Amino acid sequence: MNSKEITAQISKAADFLNLKKWDYGASFSNDYSVQVDKGEAKQLKASQKQILTLRVWNESNLVGITTTSDISESGIKKALNQANIASDFGNKNEITEFSPLAKDPIEVKDAKKRNPVGIKKLLTILREAEVKLLESHESIKSVPYNGLSESFYERVYANSDGAFRSYTKSQAALYLYARAEEKNKKPRSSGSVKLGYGVEDIDIESCIKDASNKTISHLNYSSIKTDKYLICFSPESFLTIINAFSSMFNARSILDGVSLSNKNSIGEKLSTEALNIYDDGLHEENISSSPFDGEGTPTKRLCLINKGRIENFIHSESTARIFKTIPTGHAGLGSKVSVSPDWIVVEKSEENSDLKISLDHSTYEKEFVYIEELNAIHAGVRASQGSFSLPFDGWLYKNGKKISIESATVAGDIKYLLKNIVNIESSQEVTTSGISPHIWVDKLSITGDT
Amino acid sequence: MLSSQIKSNEIVFGSCNKDLLEEIIFYGIGLGADFVEIFIENTDNSSVLAEEDFITSVSPSFGRGAGIRIFKEKKDGFVSTNDLTKHGLMRSVSQAIEMLDITDNKKREVFNGLNKHKDYSLPKKKWINEVPSIHEISEKLLVSTKSLKKNNKIITRKGSYSRNLQEVIIASSDGTYASDIRLYQTVGLNVIASDAQYRSSGSRRFGSSGMPNEFRLWDHEKAANDVFESSMNMLYADYVDAGQMPVVLANKFGGVIFHEACGHLLETTQIERGTTPFENKLNEKIAHESVTAIDEGISEGSFGSLSVDDEGMEPEKSVLIKDGILKKFISDRAGELRTGHKRTGSGRRQNYSFAAASRMRNTYIAKGEHSKEDLINSISDGLYCKSMGGGSVGATGQFNFAVEEGYLIKNGKLTSPVKGATLIGEAKEVMPKISMCGNDLELAPGFCGSISGSVNVTVGQPHIKVDSITVGGR
Repeated sequence: MNSKEITAQISKAADFLNLKKWDYGASFSNDYSVQVDKGEAKQLKASQKQILTLRVWNESNLVGITTTSDISESGIKKALNQANIASDFGNKNEITEFSPLAKDPIEVKDAKKRNPVGIKKLLTILREAEVKLLESHESIKSVPYNGLSESFYERVYANSDGAFRSYTKSQAALYLYARAEEKNKKPRSSGSVKLGYGVEDIDIESCIKDASNKTISHLNYSSIKTDKYLICFSPESFLTIINAFSSMFNARSILDGVSLSNKNSIGEKLSTEALNIYDDGLHEENISSSPFDGEGTPTKRLCLINKGRIENFIHSESTARIFKTIPTGHAGLGSKVSVSPDWIVVEKSEENSDLKISLDHSTYEKEFVYIEELNAIHAGVRASQGSFSLPFDGWLYKNGKKISIESATVAGDIKYLLKNIVNIESSQEVTTSGISPHIWVDKLSITGDT
Repeated sequence: MLSSQIKSNEIVFGSCNKDLLEEIIFYGIGLGADFVEIFIENTDNSSVLAEEDFITSVSPSFGRGAGIRIFKEKKDGFVSTNDLTKHGLMRSVSQAIEMLDITDNKKREVFNGLNKHKDYSLPKKKWINEVPSIHEISEKLLVSTKSLKKNNKIITRKGSYSRNLQEVIIASSDGTYASDIRLYQTVGLNVIASDAQYRSSGSRRFGSSGMPNEFRLWDHEKAANDVFESSMNMLYADYVDAGQMPVVLANKFGGVIFHEACGHLLETTQIERGTTPFENKLNEKIAHESVTAIDEGISEGSFGSLSVDDEGMEPEKSVLIKDGILKKFISDRAGELRTGHKRTGSGRRQNYSFAAASRMRNTYIAKGEHSKEDLINSISDGLYCKSMGGGSVGATGQFNFAVEEGYLIKNGKLTSPVKGATLIGEAKEVMPKISMCGNDLELAPGFCGSISGSVNVTVGQPHIKVDSITVGGR
């Protein structure tokens, strides 16, 4: 069945069961991926997946939900039945409705959908990439984590009120994670990930070069003394921190009591006036962009922090109703609708006179720590308390030289971090999770050698 | 007509599918595969969330699918599909064959048909009717969250339950033919406490396998008291000072460090990648002589237990480390093929869309002879890690774990609570420093994410003392 036929099938089965109000979200995908090991194919994978999440409203307007991979006629009937039974336990205290924007026009970017290149081509490309990476430096002994994949998918939202949205997309990803070894030294590892709409869009040479350069740059390493340091966050690491604490802008988290913000936090000063943060799911650099969210609300650009102050929260239909505003296109379909950001964009605002512009990671000669990548986010972030303690890959810059930091963690408080931003560099960089310039923060604790 | 006599063109759960499975395997072998494996599943899951005094989410789900794996020499092709018809399964076999570029089918493996069906599911078919209903679960969760409401500093209370019922059929060209029903239930409590600028949280998770009545027996009052006490103890705690110091790790979930920092390095997938420092250390000392470590899938009711692994092998009890000496690796079929280490009944996967890989089950450090007090009394200045958060291990073996509930040890006594601590180190450096093991081994359930998805496991240990480790703080 295609998406139109599924919608018709659900409508027919719902009528039969006397269910007047329903909606669903579905995704259908075909994925292909390869891994190699020293020139040989290791694992080749293909999958065909279909997932349907179906909500129904009962006569008391309470919602029940079911998720299934069985999209046969009998599977759909069973899903409707289960959702109807689950609706008896629907949340009476927070009524869910269709998004009022579910039929609004959506901005569909040029789909840039590519055709599959096929497993054999994927394998050839990855084999060549592995060889080139191994040959790039004598210390690189293996590429233990590698993969090249391509995915082709369709996403659909429809409801009993006549809303119907769908879009199809393709996406490809290459990751190369190299391991370098030198005599009498610990092995060092680093890598690179590149995304594209299709394999032909991926800059493979740049992925190889990045993985090689990063890995080699960590060969000369040393421990770091435990202390407070001036820190320069790479665009990737700063976006990691912002995403980890995005509950500060999340209306669902606020209602659930797990955010550092509250209903009255709009306008609260969090940072230097030089900081602007947006969520921009439709940004042209966002390969994974979706024109609508799980409730069918159109995706749009939204300012989260304007000149250091909280400007907006991200919403689903129900949180928006409670906050007396409109949904922002950040909902994920579920029994309890989730809310999450799409694609974070960090910028320097016009009010930037208080920044120390001499802090530039490419020219600054005094001591600072450059954090390239933060790790173990799920373990080291306490979003509800605002604290973090995270291992990182990075370098200590001192007297014009840089040395890789062997093993260390950076710890602090997100509000302290935002308040102590001392520079936002001008040039932004595109990463897989958003766009940001390098951000400098003063006096963060680093634990290394004691 | 007996069900076994029905010739079906589609997999039917609860029926004999032998003819159809054999036909598909013959097809793969005939096309030149060295080995063909079919994994088919049918799931029936549900989860319930209680927040404060209300049920806020009930989420049933169900599904079915198949994963087909073809080996040719040491490489493998894996295809997953939701199409369980004969046509769909054969198409998946063809796709895998094509991916592996198998064209020379002259050297053909022999398939002698499937062995006698090993049906582990027979005593388990009634489980679906014995597990608690959504109504029963909801009532108990609400009582649980209510019992967390002990003072006005508790600002968030949550109770969550999930039940996964998975029916599997496994067949492969070495004759393996098995089916099973697995039941996993887990329940957790979480609180956030707040007072002025102070915030803390507490959480505990409980879980079982194959015990439909377990949720009814769960002592929610005890769990609620434990979570409440933990959050209150940590509410006004100071940040710990960073440093190198001796630590005592509590039993149960303290074992997550062994699981993450050492256990993963003993999986054959790590040997295949060349990313374990223990690759050539079999029968060599890799840990302190007080350490014996085990991985098994047989403890009754434990969250990582199973009757048969996802490759059709009964799980064994594997002694990984005996008195500090490395004795065994955790292996699956691909691991045995590529590294030579014998399978241990550890081929596991999240669901049909993942190829099985060598994964831990119930993994723990065996009990020693000391009391908890012996360990603490032996330290003049250190840290007691009562409750561990999550952690991670880097590609070169460095680990980092958050301490959820910690206390300073001064002159052999527990003193003030501290927060913000992380334990940092490398397995091969820390393992020799585990100098004392307590006599109070206990297991705790968890979920482990890795190459073949998220699988249920238990971690465990008695109280252990690490002579020196880096503690991250502020």
